[in-house]
Amino acid sequence: MTRHSVMITPDSVMVNGKPLAHKENGAALLTELYRTYVGDYPKFFKMDTLCKLGFVASELLLQAEGEPRFVPREDRAVILFNRNASLQADTAYQATIQDPDNFFPSPAAFVYTLPNIVTGEIAIRNKYYGETSFFVMENDDASVISRQLVNAFQDPKTLSILNGWVDCFDEDHFEAHLFILDKLPTYDILEF
Amino acid sequence: MIVKVSDNIISPLGMSTAENYAAVKEGRSELQRHDGLWGLPEPFTASLMNREAVNEMAKQKGIDDQYTFFEKMIVLSVAKALEQTSIDPASDKVLFILSTTKGNVFLLDKRETGFPAERVRLGMAAKQMTDYFHNPNAPIVVSNACISGVCAQIQAMRELESGNFDYVITVGADVQSAFIVSGFQSFKALSVDPCKPFDANRSGLNLGDASATIIFTRRDSVSENDWVAFRGAIRNDANHISGPSRTGEGSYRALRAVLGDLNPEKLAFINTHGTATLYNDEMESVAIERAGLARVPVNGLKGYYGHTMGAAGILETILSMQAIDDCNILATKGFETIGVTHPLILSNQNQPTDKRAFIKLLSGFGGCNAALLMAKGGAV
Repeated sequence: MTRHSVMITPDSVMVNGKPLAHKENGAALLTELYRTYVGDYPKFFKMDTLCKLGFVASELLLQAEGEPRFVPREDRAVILFNRNASLQADTAYQATIQDPDNFFPSPAAFVYTLPNIVTGEIAIRNKYYGETSFFVMENDDASVISRQLVNAFQDPKTLSILNGWVDCFDEDHFEAHLFILDKLPTYDILEF
Repeated sequence: MIVKVSDNIISPLGMSTAENYAAVKEGRSELQRHDGLWGLPEPFTASLMNREAVNEMAKQKGIDDQYTFFEKMIVLSVAKALEQTSIDPASDKVLFILSTTKGNVFLLDKRETGFPAERVRLGMAAKQMTDYFHNPNAPIVVSNACISGVCAQIQAMRELESGNFDYVITVGADVQSAFIVSGFQSFKALSVDPCKPFDANRSGLNLGDASATIIFTRRDSVSENDWVAFRGAIRNDANHISGPSRTGEGSYRALRAVLGDLNPEKLAFINTHGTATLYNDEMESVAIERAGLARVPVNGLKGYYGHTMGAAGILETILSMQAIDDCNILATKGFETIGVTHPLILSNQNQPTDKRAFIKLLSGFGGCNAALLMAKGGAV
């Protein structure tokens, strides 16, 4: 069984370990990936960088998985991790309220000042009614992350998890490593 | 089973669980109108801490001004919850889980210069806390919008079920700032008057400062007075990032998941999110009706505290446990006339109960919803 994976950095894209050709870097890379591999979801252009990154990475991942798309399901969770939470959106929103003489708090910016919005965007796109969770930690620590993922299978409804690290510092500095993890029988042992 | 060992609430209504419960039972609130606070052009109503009192109490614990106000709130709440136990927080068998949405976000304001910029990262704020207690484990921060406090408890249950730790300390907090208040104002989500959950004339939510802690452990057998975290579930609406589902999809599914084959007659009440926005309260009524729970009493506590964000799920769970210990269903302050499509059993007066279980329900931005079934004595 292939363990599907997608990795995106400002200057590289890998799907299942193989490089994906692209022309752009940084913020423009995410738009290029959207136009080349998705194209039919204009809400993309409203998203903050974290959501754009998580969205295109999840699209590439689910295309690689090759299962039927957009079928309502409750057995797949979306559990993501990062370091900077919603820092890029927070900074963008702060700019709308920083100057008392030019005070224009923007609801369109404020809505993205929560890191878990990206899990919601992926759930909406794919009609996933299962668990969505977002965790923030200083380091991309594989042992802590895998512990959380194994724990999540204690919910008997959850049979697979779209998971991984999705972090962005600003519009041009970001990193995503996404995977799909299926429930294995051995996880049940860990419940007791 | 996963059992509550200890708890604490720090809020404008008191510095302990007992003080907070007594205040709420008496119907008190510190929701007040603020004009011109933090340079905000529009007035707002919120339940805010006396920051000098927190600073003074922190100083007594050796928590100096190298800690932000947010960090003082979480460290103090955990310290007060630990005081009632013999747990060594420095043990590697103790895990800290922090529930927050915005942590030290005020540090993004260019006028704030007293702290290193890195402390805006939630993991760094959490590390301030674990360093204070000399705990060696990487703290987990749950940042799932308004449902974070219930998610943190579900996470604690899972870590303990897995046998990874002996104790999990879950602490939830948010402190209000120009960032948060102006954002909710821009959404037109705030009421300028004290909020009125589920009421026909409700017009939005109020915000509040609070921190709250529950310490959990795992036991093979429980006594009749032990509070057991029985079952939790998190589900998504898969509908909209900033508006609840009209069918209450995620809350309905979370409620069904925690109910299992439980007879709803066993439930004393459902403690709702009850923010007093038009859409949230309507959605909850739909979800509760769909889940077959329309005959279970419901209440909401935002009329006492406002929406305390990362603290809400923990604070409201603690008060619900206290209420059942006191054979009481707490009044929904601010509620007068039912204003949701599906009639719910609500009261603005405390009501007696002899039942021993409740469900805590929350929903939040990102379409997320969470439910937690708590049972006294573990039998439901």
